Amino acid sequence: MLSRTAESLYWTSRYIERAETTARLLEVAYRMSLMPNASGGHANEWSSILAAAGVSHDFAETGQEVNAENVTAFMLFDDLNPSSIKNCIRSARENVRSARPALTSEVWETLNGGYLQFGELENGRASDRELLPMCDWTKSQAAAVRGSFETTQLRNEGYDFFNLGYYIERADNTARLLDVKYYVLLPTIHMVGGGVDQYQWSTLMRAVSARRAFHWAYKGDYAPDKIAHFLILNPDTPRSLLHCAEMIDHHLTRLGRTYGTRGLANRQAMTVLSSLVEADIKSIVTDGLHEFLTDFITEIRKLDEAVNRSYLFWGQ
Amino acid sequence: MTKRPDFFNEMFDGGSIRPAYQKITKWFDDLGSDTLNFKKAEAEALFRRIGITFAVYDDTGNKERLIPFDLMPRVFTQSEWSSLERGVKQRSRALNAFLWDVYHRGEIVRSGRIPANLVYRNEAYEPCVAGISPALNIYSHIVGTDLVRTGLNEFYVLEDNCRTPSGVSYMLENREIMMRMCPDLFRSERIAPVDSYPDMLRKTLHEVAPTKCVDDEPTAVILTPGAFNSAYYEHSFLADQMGVDLVEGQDLFVDGDFVYMRTTRGPQRVDVIYRRIDDAFLDPLCFRPDSMLGVPGLMNVYRSGGVQICSAPGAGVADDKAIYTYVPEMVRFYLGEEPILKNVPTWRCGEADAYKYVMENLAELVVKEVHGSGGYGMLVGPASTKEEIASFAERIRKNPSNYIAQPTLALSTSPTFVDSGLAPRHVDLRPYCLMGKEVRLTPGGLTRVALTDGSLVVNSSQGGGVKDTWIVAD
Repeated sequence: MLSRTAESLYWTSRYIERAETTARLLEVAYRMSLMPNASGGHANEWSSILAAAGVSHDFAETGQEVNAENVTAFMLFDDLNPSSIKNCIRSARENVRSARPALTSEVWETLNGGYLQFGELENGRASDRELLPMCDWTKSQAAAVRGSFETTQLRNEGYDFFNLGYYIERADNTARLLDVKYYVLLPTIHMVGGGVDQYQWSTLMRAVSARRAFHWAYKGDYAPDKIAHFLILNPDTPRSLLHCAEMIDHHLTRLGRTYGTRGLANRQAMTVLSSLVEADIKSIVTDGLHEFLTDFITEIRKLDEAVNRSYLFWGQ
Repeated sequence: MTKRPDFFNEMFDGGSIRPAYQKITKWFDDLGSDTLNFKKAEAEALFRRIGITFAVYDDTGNKERLIPFDLMPRVFTQSEWSSLERGVKQRSRALNAFLWDVYHRGEIVRSGRIPANLVYRNEAYEPCVAGISPALNIYSHIVGTDLVRTGLNEFYVLEDNCRTPSGVSYMLENREIMMRMCPDLFRSERIAPVDSYPDMLRKTLHEVAPTKCVDDEPTAVILTPGAFNSAYYEHSFLADQMGVDLVEGQDLFVDGDFVYMRTTRGPQRVDVIYRRIDDAFLDPLCFRPDSMLGVPGLMNVYRSGGVQICSAPGAGVADDKAIYTYVPEMVRFYLGEEPILKNVPTWRCGEADAYKYVMENLAELVVKEVHGSGGYGMLVGPASTKEEIASFAERIRKNPSNYIAQPTLALSTSPTFVDSGLAPRHVDLRPYCLMGKEVRLTPGGLTRVALTDGSLVVNSSQGGGVKDTWIVAD
């Protein structure tokens, strides 16, 4: 497979996953903002999702005030925000376009249909452009692309590069979602376990579509260490860091088998995976969740670099 | 109102509908206007979703546009097509024989049949490929012949396209859409299928692999300028249909005697390049030094037989509009046959007598630039104002040999859906002839239609549309 094609596949799925995460972040902020935040956290929900998405700086450049309306517009439609849903969909489509022969027409048509529909929503009725319908729409589009990919795509190297993009992006994104809670976490320890805290955790669970799954697995007690375990170390959670790391390793191993070599990317994936396997949730929480997540995001960035180097995305 | 010349109407013979159109016309009549409008909207939505768009270079912002698709197919009978088929194949063989000749001994020039300066001083003549023999001595592997009809059995070749004729993806997608829109018609009529084209193209590309390639299965690729090119959809479509890689210049590099592509497994050798970029951009070391689209060193590999480029560099000299007038002569000279397809009578403005005649009769003539394409830079005399004619005359005066003139042909019309219903619109036809070990031709081709009432310009960049083309059993 052409390196450029592999790179396009990798980035297509990354952008689709990122669009979905942006939608989920917006939902978190929206639901948290419905709860009075009287005692004042580190920051309000809206600036916290900017921080979590890594676009605080981009938003500051616009000179706008941080409030629900501005942040929503920025995260949904802004051309200058690299993580806005609009830009993610556009970038995903550009990547698919340059890798079209490597994807089935079903995948292309689903994504292209979504792209065209987004344009219609953006210019259509104001009521369709509201936060919740847009978030729902984005999640269902991402699911449709994913579904058409899973049901029609050949299980060849392209399949692995596409999935690699998904899981690397998802690992990064789950870490960021979890970090939102850090940013809005109530400053004093005695607030932990209180009503507001409960509400925020449950919102986070809802945003990753895992509220009920969590209840099944942990019998409903929103203890921070249980939630952290659920999203970091539980291999059954589709968005947990451990599951993502396992899948990254799985697809890199398949690629290694196809090519008959194991390189930099395989080693880095093993590093990430084994550090999670060996971790226990108590020490993660005690040593600081935020620090843990920051380190993890750095390791994922290194993994991305290793994939680039191993498969010649950056030229010979 | 000025009186229009009599155009050959492909649907009506006087007051009665020709047999080939009877079933389909009845089918559309029975459909009713509501269903018809619904189908039209459905077809357009399909084109958009599949992404069959082309880019027009203007400043309207919305760069991706659809080529208007007309639901009413254009119909030929099998016997009409058989004669066209033989003519197109004959012409494609003659053009390739000409190309081999002018890059070798130039017998046709030595024999005095074509003036030397017209060939060797032609902008499209590439001195740097003189003496090189491409595989099977074929230069133009895909020949697009633009045909117009003026009467029941009267067809003319308007121009030849020997470089990289585009539009074949529309031929294939138009058929896909038609089969979805009116499956019952395909069940009842016997319509020749077109979907073997990608297979035939792949076979052709494999057959012209260079001699240095000893693999059973040569590696062929399509070289595209990139996703922003107006024909990118077609490039990716063909790559997909043939199962070959779609590469950009940056994906290829030369190492020693061969060309390689950068893959996730490391470098992989490439044997045949179906390029969809112009000669000038192929190799910055040989042609335009500022080209970012090509591959440095490619021409050296080509010269030493390490790779085949399709069409071969230099093929453009055969489809030049000034050379065009000599194609019937080529058929006689190389093949010893009488040409089956006629040329449109053409005046070369570079010749004194012709120049005089053209300047005196501009209002009656169509004048084209010798190297122009896409319907740009041309004058349609009968459809132009006095001022337009005068300013065009000035351009001809400055550089006469840059222009040719032809009589305004009475192009045939084919029924086309317009706002007021079915109306006659002018059409042309481009079949795609493939040259490998065999000469292959898909039945039909791309029908382009001038959607504006009375217009004779069918180019998509000038508001033309497309139709499915049916060859039905007699």
